[in-house]
This record gives sequence, structure tokens and C-alpha cells, in this order.
Amino acid sequence: MDMSVELDVFVGNTTIMDEEVYQFWLDGYTVNDAVKVRMEGGVLEEYEASTDVLLSDTMDQFRTFQMCERLLHTPAKLANQLLFQIPPHRQTMLIERYYAFDNAFVREVLGKKLSKGTKKDLDDISAKTGITLKSCRRQFDNFKRVFKVVEELKGPLVENIQQHFLLSDKLARDYAAIVFFANNRFETGKRKLQFLSFQDFAFCAGQLISNWTVGAVGKMQQLERDTESGAVRQLLNKQAKEKHPICTNNMVEDMDVDLDKEFLQDLKDLKILINDKDLLDQHKSLVCTALRGKTKVFNEMEANFKTLSRALVNIAAKLTNTKDVRDLFIDLVEKFIEPCRSDRWTSADVRLFLTYYTNSARTLDTFRHQVTWDRYMDVIKSCILKMYHD
Amino acid sequence: MPGKLKAKIVAGRHLPVMDRASDLTDAFVEVKFGNTTFKTDVCPKSLNPQWNSEWFKFEVDDEDLQDEPLQITVLDHDTYSANDAIGKVYIDIDPLLSCEAATVISGWFPIYDTIHGIRGEINVLVKVDLFNDLNRFRQSSCGVKFFCTTSIPKCYRVVMVHGFVEELVVNEDPEYQWIDRIRTPRASNEARQRLISLMSGELQRKIGLKVLEMGGNAVLGYLQCFDLEGESGLVVRAIGTACTLDKLSSLPTAVLPACNSPSREMKEPPFSEDPNPNIHSSGPSTPLKNQTYSFSPSKSYSRQSSSSDTDLSLTPKTGMGSGGSAGKDGGPLKTLLRQQTQSALEQREFPFFTLTCFPPGFLIHVGGVVSARSVKLLDRIHNPALGNTRSYKLLDWNSFTADEPETRDAWWEEIRQEIKSHAKALGCHAVVGYSESTSICEEVCILSASGTAAILNPKFMQEGCLDSYSEHSRLEDPAPPSCGFCHIPYDELNMPFPAHLTYCYNCRRQKVPDVLFTTIDLPVEATVMGKGSLIQARLCRLKKKAQGEVNATAISNLLPFMEYELHTQLMNKLKLRSMNALFGLRVQISVGENMLVGLASATGVYLMALPAPGGIQIAGKTPSDITYEQHISNMQKKINDTISKNKDLYEVHPQEIIEEVIGSPIPESRQRSRLFRSHSESSDEVSELDLSHGKKDAFVLEIDDTDAVEDIHSLLTDAPMPSGFYSCNTEIMPGIYNWTSSLQMFTSVRVFRLNNVNLTNQGLNKIFNDLCENLLKSLYFKLRSMVPCCLCHLNFAVAVPEEELIQVAVTAVAMTFDKEQAQENFKANMEKAIMKVISENEEQLQFPLELCTETPAPQPFSPSKGTGHQDGGGIHTSARATSVDYSSFADRCSTWIELIKLKAQAIRRGSIKTTASQEKGSPLPEGRSRSLRCMRPFPSSTVSVVKMTPLSFLPGTRIIKYLGIINMFFIRETTSLREEGGVSGFLHCFIAEVFAMVRAHVAALGGNAVVSYSMKECVFMENPNKNQAQCLINVSGDAVIFVRESEAEATAAAPQTSSMQNLSGAAEANA
Repeated sequence: MDMSVELDVFVGNTTIMDEEVYQFWLDGYTVNDAVKVRMEGGVLEEYEASTDVLLSDTMDQFRTFQMCERLLHTPAKLANQLLFQIPPHRQTMLIERYYAFDNAFVREVLGKKLSKGTKKDLDDISAKTGITLKSCRRQFDNFKRVFKVVEELKGPLVENIQQHFLLSDKLARDYAAIVFFANNRFETGKRKLQFLSFQDFAFCAGQLISNWTVGAVGKMQQLERDTESGAVRQLLNKQAKEKHPICTNNMVEDMDVDLDKEFLQDLKDLKILINDKDLLDQHKSLVCTALRGKTKVFNEMEANFKTLSRALVNIAAKLTNTKDVRDLFIDLVEKFIEPCRSDRWTSADVRLFLTYYTNSARTLDTFRHQVTWDRYMDVIKSCILKMYHD
Repeated sequence: MPGKLKAKIVAGRHLPVMDRASDLTDAFVEVKFGNTTFKTDVCPKSLNPQWNSEWFKFEVDDEDLQDEPLQITVLDHDTYSANDAIGKVYIDIDPLLSCEAATVISGWFPIYDTIHGIRGEINVLVKVDLFNDLNRFRQSSCGVKFFCTTSIPKCYRVVMVHGFVEELVVNEDPEYQWIDRIRTPRASNEARQRLISLMSGELQRKIGLKVLEMGGNAVLGYLQCFDLEGESGLVVRAIGTACTLDKLSSLPTAVLPACNSPSREMKEPPFSEDPNPNIHSSGPSTPLKNQTYSFSPSKSYSRQSSSSDTDLSLTPKTGMGSGGSAGKDGGPLKTLLRQQTQSALEQREFPFFTLTCFPPGFLIHVGGVVSARSVKLLDRIHNPALGNTRSYKLLDWNSFTADEPETRDAWWEEIRQEIKSHAKALGCHAVVGYSESTSICEEVCILSASGTAAILNPKFMQEGCLDSYSEHSRLEDPAPPSCGFCHIPYDELNMPFPAHLTYCYNCRRQKVPDVLFTTIDLPVEATVMGKGSLIQARLCRLKKKAQGEVNATAISNLLPFMEYELHTQLMNKLKLRSMNALFGLRVQISVGENMLVGLASATGVYLMALPAPGGIQIAGKTPSDITYEQHISNMQKKINDTISKNKDLYEVHPQEIIEEVIGSPIPESRQRSRLFRSHSESSDEVSELDLSHGKKDAFVLEIDDTDAVEDIHSLLTDAPMPSGFYSCNTEIMPGIYNWTSSLQMFTSVRVFRLNNVNLTNQGLNKIFNDLCENLLKSLYFKLRSMVPCCLCHLNFAVAVPEEELIQVAVTAVAMTFDKEQAQENFKANMEKAIMKVISENEEQLQFPLELCTETPAPQPFSPSKGTGHQDGGGIHTSARATSVDYSSFADRCSTWIELIKLKAQAIRRGSIKTTASQEKGSPLPEGRSRSLRCMRPFPSSTVSVVKMTPLSFLPGTRIIKYLGIINMFFIRETTSLREEGGVSGFLHCFIAEVFAMVRAHVAALGGNAVVSYSMKECVFMENPNKNQAQCLINVSGDAVIFVRESEAEATAAAPQTSSMQNLSGAAEANA
């Protein structure tokens, strides 16, 4: 070569960004790899550009993204910084894409402590998932950053995330799930849980956040008018207020990431459903009467009723132990989902069973813990239904 | 105390962490003007401090107001050690001194540090109370408005053009002072930034004084440059065109323009009491007492290639252009005109104009390009007053006189004299599109000046009421037709150089040259066919490393050959595109230690008034060899193919049958073209060389000639532009009129390292040529999403920063245009464009134009009509596109007959439509849908969008206010080059920072765009071994407020800045 490019920059008054190249950068491609992929993509043929042109363009954009990265760590700054003139809709795109994550990656770290130790495991995760280490780092750092920021904030989790990171509603909800799982350290990595996707867990997290946390109590006040079970919730609120006379709304709201300890304690009361033999039989007969003729697996339901009921109530009763909280999902799978599946229940069967199972408990004369029961079963039911697939 | 400057520090944000322990900062602010400093309280432990300070008041002379910037320093308070500086903001308060411009400066400014770059932002409020001061001996020129724009600013009317103003100031460069060895790089950079800021302020003030003395109130085409001469000092120089402007839509009774009220009052008296009253008589640009500087004996080494006389100043110079004579019928009139104009212009020492775009009728004839270069040896600028002190203010320029003949002033004076004599040789009395530049390497400096020789309409130069003038012109002065400027200004029988003349293809009455080269923009009245094209000639020449005189001589010897070869290349490339005129020609020759690099850029067009160019014929010298013959015919074929491809690309299809149809006398040699070349060796007489290989009538490239091989090589390596792209280096692209509003200004810089030390000239040329081509390709690729689009005002700047490095910096704007509309609504748009021109002209010149309402598409001598060549859309549409005969000078008498002719033609074609109905079809629907799309909520931003463009306008908008000139100089240095992403990372960040600072200043003035933006200087130095780099950037432009044209109509009465900013922001968002 007679000459080499020593310096090569392009700066536009409006910052030029190619979404495709941005994705390569986010995915942790090297400049050369990105150029290779772009060449295969056929941009060159359209514009008769040489590899040099593509290389120059890619390097330039990678540099721009690198310079923007600092700002993306606090997205609110992006709108108020002066260095890059980026149209608002592009800003939104930059932020949303930067905080997007791979499902394969998030499944690996979901429920793990977002600490340095885990960061070392990123090498393994990268090897396992085929996601570049650079991209893994970005995603992990994003999780950690969001976690750290919202950890110290009062108010509803999703809204906080949205406000501080300017994410879309969907992405903010996903991050809320990640933060919630990381905080409670739910076990999601066991082999038996592999069939569950991140979205399954995210759904469950949403259920838990909006029903089982201390913050949920405050939120329910707002929801009560809209929800069908408004009456129940009103009751629940009354109860909650009695129990925490000091906890007014604001004080409660920053507890979005922690489960409501009082509620978990109350769950122990549900044991009566399995310990009291009369109650258990009564419950079974109510459910079986209602279900007869409505499902093909009626016999199996009848045969397994006591086992399943014991399983669900025992899970509830054990939730005061942090260790058992972590095992919530594995317990649900092992003790409920797997038995049902081996008896070839369909989703509809499960729904039918859980609906009647939940509702009949309310009609039991001697059962006095309807509020706790509903709060527990509403969540368990929707989680199981979400998780009940292949 | 003629002025009170008030500043208030409101708040800071995004400050850097200065205290590692707390991760916070204890910030306070020092506000300094002149020798007065105020401090705010410390705002402890915050990265977003709220100072909300009192108003700091400075009582100052208006002279200081013009010279000094307001200096704001943000510091971190430290109880135990020295306070750490976070960064600075320099605010030029000049825009506040003209009551027509901005009234307050308010906004977020980036806090800039020369080592760390932008570190957070600070919100500042600045106001000025000016007292009316009737001091006759004042040194200030408050109120004179400066414009970088090289045309008449959109919302003004020119009452009178006074002419050339120039000034320069010199000082020692702080970077080269002894103290620099012991102070930090930061202190050194800041001293330099501050000094240059002061010097620019002083320069502007002095130019302002000259303008006032001439009776003007504004400077157009203000061009300020820095010469970093290293050891020998720092020169800041500026040229411009003094004018009297009148704000449009202001009451016509305003004899005294409002803006000028403070200064106007003493416009006449102050200098009549000057100690040298007779100075007045010697011309407006004659130096006043404070204009002379003395320098240490700096010798001029300038030698002629052929001369042995070592003491003569050598100035290789070139008159590019071609000639002919006044047709007999036009003769007497022309003489009369010339006499009138001469009388007006000859009073001036330098009848130069830095403008490149003129109101119709201003330019009568254009002769061609005139240029001059001179090689000088720099020596230490001797300033007795300076002594050993660093203090700039100790300098009293008035205290010493020019006893040294060889000052920088004298150098430029010499060059300008030469330019003037060249213009004279072309039969012209004025030079338009004039510019000056330097290239410095070690102690050698090449001074260059170039412009376009022209004959101007004297009316603009005469004192007097314009109202009477307009009547005058209508009665007496037959308006020149659209082709008028092409007609030769010189005498046919006494041509300054051999040229080929024909009768004008438009009016058939006067002579035109076969090719026309100019440095100006395409006049609005010009009729072109098809589209234009960027044409570049590139050349490198090796030179032996040498010192002092030997070096200067070597360079002097090379210059003429370089100019010749650049000219040949331009000519060849012009032919290859079947075009016959160049506009915006800019020839740069940069000097390095071991090479010279030449780059000529221009925009080629096909002028309808000029003859069609012939092809290029290749001839071999040894016809015996068969393979050789084959080689030649292959090449010939390639060239012919390229020519025909280009004709399609640029829609240039000259009609061969034209002569039969019109039956006009067309001279024999339309098929041929020849190269003429003027090359003078001595200073005053223009002895022209004819270097066209002795073949007067054919453009022949002889292939045995190594130069010719190179020429052909460079011809054929120019890659065609990707489809959908056009490019030009002029303000707008000839042939494109339907611009949409989306635009993207950009700067791209590349530095190449030559690895092979044993390069030949050819090898070097190829490298340089590839370099430029690749850079263009990269630009096209980058901007591909904007297709169909045109890169306008492509400005290349080459430099040879080190022995093996070549640096190319490009600034341009990509503008989209509507292709669909181009085909369907083309005519409507044309009409609109014409109407616009008309109305603008009307505004600018205040000529009533009764004709315009009934003007059909003017189509003089449409060739396609007669030949039945209906498909040749390119021809007649484009002809129509630019035929603005009627708008040029409302002279009904002379165009009356033509108008009737045209109407008849138009009626026959059945194509008369009313303009009004068509205009409805062509508003910009895009703008509306865009702003709608942006209605969805986005993160709230306090940053308003600021557009930047090197052009003097923004398509689809109307500039409603000029807020003042932006002239900023920044230095950035790093000692951690690798950590900042290497040289590219470093410079990328710096350029982005410069843009950000320009935008912030414009926004603080209340503006939403910068027009006529340019990056005048980009000096980059690196030392990768030490992990260091330094860069200096100088940018300038005019801060403006614009409104969208559609809105302007709606809210014409009261345009609201804030809402407008939002909307424009929304549009840019989608750009």
C-alpha cells in the first residue's frame, strides 16, 4: 500500500445513524464483522461503494455510538445534551434498542444476584448462548444500572423505570420483572424450569408485583374501582390499613420490589384447608360436584385432588422462608404442573380446576381467610396457567 | 461610559465530578470582562448547581465591547488547594451592539475546556445598555452589521455598494513565547483562544470604522482568516464588501437606517478632523492613521522561473477565461456604460467585491477568472512595542509607523494591485467573487488571491436616491438580456489572449467566448441546460526539501506549472461533461515540506448563450504501430462513451440542428474547442502563452506526452455519481429548483499517510486523486437515505500538515429535492421559482414589476420547438427554468418584443396556465405531514434545534432576521490520544463539540439556524508516540431566525420564535 488512512471522520449537524449498523454495534460485532455482514446484505451493489467506503462508514458510526453510550446510561440526558443533535424519534429508538435484551441472555441471569460474581459468569453465558461477550456485558450492565437506580426510589416500579430510562411501557415492564426477580432471587435456572420463557416469568413477576407486594396494597386502592373483584380488594385494603396503621400510601409505595411480609405470614392460616380433614373433604366434594361431566380428566382430578390441594397450600404456607420463596416456581412446576401434565390435563382442564378450586373455598362455612385465599390464589392461578405449556 | 454590560449566571447542569471522594462538585463561576472580574457563590455538592446570581454589571467603552469577549469560567471550589477550572465559555457580545440584531443572549452554553472538551453546560443571561455617545473621536464602530453571506441578505435591500474593505492585525503567537515552556498546555491554549478572540474583535471594529467612513452600515461577504505563522507570529486578516443596507418592509422614508443611528450621526464629521485630511481623497480604502504596522524585515522571496533577478517579486498569475469583443451594434452603448462605471469605480483603490451573488442587472459583463500568487519568506514580525511582555493590551498600534516596507499589508497590497491589472487586461474595471488565502509551511508562505473580472452596473456604486435611479434605468438603460453577462467585456480586435469567439447563442447580437470560467455563483438570470456538476482538478507535485530562499525559489518555479495543469484538467473534465462554463472556481495550492498539492473545484454548467463544446480527440505521435493505434482508439472510445453517458446524466443535449432552425450566423468551429492559457511572467503586462499544442482549433490530447496520459487517466477515473445524487460547489445546483426542506450539513476530514517514500509524481497524483474520489464516494454512501439529493457548496480544503501526510477537509450541505414533483409539477415549480426571483428582485431593488403576473413560461428561441424534438424535455424545461429575463431589470422597452414573441409561442403550444392555480399544486405537503408525525410524545427537551448550512438560505423557509455574525475559534488538545479513540476519535469529538458550541450560541441569540457557515481553518497536529494531538478550528457564519414559508404567510404579522423553533425542530427530526 502506498498510503494508509490515518484519520477519517464524518460529523453531521444532525447525527447520522443507521439502525442496521446500530444493531451490529449493540450485538457486539467488531467493525470488520459488521462490514462483512453488511457486504453480504448487498448495500454495496446499490451504491457501487467499495469495501473501504463501507469500512469507513461502519467505523464512523461505531465511534458515534461509543460517544453516545455515556449518554445512554442516563437516557434523560440524551434529550438535554448539546453535543449531538439527534431528532427525538431517533433518540427514542437509540434508547429502546440500547436497553433491549436477548431472551436467551435474560433467561440465564434471571433471578441471579446482579453482582460482580455473576459478571464473571458472563463468559460462560456468552459461550452457551452465542451472544457476544460485549453484548452480554451491555445487557448485564443495563440490568444492574436499572436495578441500582430503582432500588433507591419510592413509587411504583414500572413508572420509575419508565421515568428514569424513558423506555416503552412493554420494556419497562420487562425490566420491572428483571429487577423483581433479582431482588427476590427466584430460582429460574433449574433444568425443570428450562421450558419456561422469559415472558412466562415476566408475566408471573407482573402478577406478583401487583398483588403480593406491599406496594400492591396502595395501588389496589386506585384499581378498586375498575377491577371486578373490587369489593374484595376494598376489604383487603381495610385489613391492610388496620395492620399497618402507620403505613400511609406514600410510605407503602416504595415497597414494590419486596413481598408483603404480613401477607406471607397470613398465608400460614390457609393450612387449615388441608389440616382440617372435614374442610378438605368438603372442599373436594364441592369442587368435584361442580366439575363432574365438564372434563375428560375428571377421574384423575378426583383422585389427585387432595395431593394437589396439599401441594398448593403447602407452597403458600412455606413462603415465609426466603429459601422457599426462591423455590416458588420450581415448587409450582414439580408439585402441580408436572402431576397434571402426566395425567394429560389440558390448559382448559387446569383453568377449570383452579377456578372451581378457588371459588369453592369461599363457600366453605368454617373457612375464614377468604381475603388471603383470593389474594394468593388469584396470582397462583394466573401463574400456573401461564406456565402450563410444553 | 458608553455602555453597560450585564451578565447573570443562572444555573449549571451535567457538570463533571470534580471531587472523587463525594462524586460531586462545589462549583462557582467567575465572570470576567476586560480587567473586571465578578464571582458567584459556591454551590456546594451539586452537579446541577443553581446560582441564580445577581446581575453583574460592567461599565465599559464601546470599543472594548467590540474587542473583548465576555469570559465565563466555571471552577470547582477547593478549601485546601487551588480551585480547579472546569471549563470556560467565551461569549461574543457584538450581536448585542446592533439594535437591529439580538437584544439578549440567553441560554445554555457548553462549558469548554481545551483539554477535556465539553464538560457540562451553563445557563447565562447577557444584556447590553448602550448610551448614545457623540464623541467624534471614537474608535468603535458599533452598529455596523457584518455578514458572512456573499449575497444580499434576504431581508435587506441594498441602497449602495461602497466596495472593498480590508484590514489585518498581527501579534506574537502565545504558543511560541518563551513562557510557553513553563506553563501548562491548558493555559497556553486559553491564552491563544483569548488572543485570537480579541484580535478578531479588534479587526472587526476597525473594518467597521472604515465602513462608517465610507458611509456604509454593513459588511457583506466578510471573510476573516488566520495565518498561524509560527515563530513569526499570528496574523488575523479580513476582507469584505462595504454596503449600505436598508431593512425591507421598513418605511421607505428611512434615509438613515435604523440600525445605524448611533454611528450615522457622526458618519461625516469624525475623520474630517483627522490629522491627515488629504487621505480622504486617495480613496475609501486608504489606510487611516491606525492602520499601519511595522514588521521586522521580512524578505520577500519571489522569483520568476525564467528570471535571474532575485529581488523581483514573482507572482505567477493566471487569467482564466476566454475572450471576444463587443459586437458592433452593442459598441457605443458598451463604451458609454463602461465610462460611467469606470468613473464610479476608478476612484477606488481596489474595485473588488467579495460577493458571489448579485441582484440581476448588477453584473453587466464577466471577463473571466483573475488570480495571483506570491511566495514569501516569513520572518519574525518585529514589534518594538511588544518587547518581552505577553500582555496584548500594551500594544498600541497607533504609536508606531510603517517604516518597514515589507509588511503583511504591503504583501497583500502588491497582490491586489496585480489582480487589478489582470482585470484591466480583460477590459474589466472590477473584480467580483474576490477572495484571498494563504498556505504556510515552516517559513514559506504562499499568498493567493482570485476573483472574476467583471464590468458592473455603475448605478449601484453611485451615491443618490434609488428611486430616481430606478426610473432612470427604465428610461435610459436597456436592460441586459439574460445572456448579457456572458458577452465579452474586452475588445475583439485587441484581445488580451487568444480566444475563440462566436455570436451569442441567445441574443445573436454580441460575441461570447467558447468557455467561461468564474469564481462567482451562477447569476439568477443565466439560462442553463440540464444540471450542473462538481468538477475537480487534482494535482500533486514533489519538491525537494529545502530551506529559506532555495525553498521559496523551488516553490515559485513549480507554481506556474501546477496552475497550468490544473487548468488543463478542468478544461478536459468540462468537455467530458459537454459543458461550457465553470462557476465558483476555487484553486488551492498547499505547500508541504516535500510536495505541493493543488486542488481546483468548480461547478460546470452548460450555458445556453455559449457554444456547445466539442469532444475530446486523442492523437498519438507515432501512428505506425498497430497495437498503439488500437490503444488510442480504445481510449478514444472510452472517452466518447463517457461523454455520451454524461450527457444523459446531466441532461445536457445540445441541439445540433439549432443553426438551421434559427438560421443565425454560427461560426465555423462549433465542434472544436481549444485550450487557451494565459500565463504571465512579469507583474504588469499580461503576456499570454498559447499552450494549446499549436493546434488552434481542436482540443487534442497527445498521448505520448506523459502529462496527457495523466490527464486521460484522471479523466477516466472520475467515478460517476450514484443515481439520485448531484453535487456542486456553488450555492445551488443549476437545474434543480424544487428543494424540499430537509438538509444535512456535515464536515468530513481525512488524513492520509504516504508510506512509500520513493513516490513519483504520477504515483502521488493517483493517490491524491483516489483520495478525493473515495471521499466523495463515502459522502454519497453516508447520505444515501436522502436521495434524491444534491451536495451543495462542497468545499474541499487540502493541507499538507506533515511531510508524509495529506489532509482533506470537506464541508457541504446535502439537500433533498422532489423528483416526482420535478417531473409532474415541473412547470409549476418553475413558474414559482421565477415568481420568487421576481418578487425577491423586486424587494431587493424596489422595481415595480407589472409584467410578472402575465408572464408565461418564457422560452426564448427554444430549439426543441422548431425541430419537433418534443421529447427533449431536458432542454426546454431547463431553458424555461432559468429564463428570468423579465425579472432581470424591469425594462419593458427592450423585452417587449420578445415578450410578444414568447406569448405567441406559448399560445401555439397551448401551455399557458395561470400561475396561481399551479402554485396550489406545489406547496410542501411533506412539511405538514412531518410535523404531524412528530406529535407523539417524546422525552421533553430544553435543546432547540439549530440548522446549519453553508448556503445563504434554507429551502422552503424565509429568513426574517439576521442576529449577527458567528466567528469562533477553538483549540483542543489531548495527552491521552489512545484513550480518546485515537486521532479519529479525538477529531470526531472535537468537530461535534464545535458544532454544539455554534448551535448553542445561535440558540442563545434567539436564532434557529446558521447560514453561510464555513469552517475556515482546521489545523490538526499529532504526535502518536507521545500519545498527543492538537487541533485548531475556526468557524463562521450568520445567525438567523427563519420561518417556514407556509407559516410565514399564515403568521406574517407576528412570527413567534418559540413555536417556530418547535416546528422546525420537528421537521429536522425527520431529516
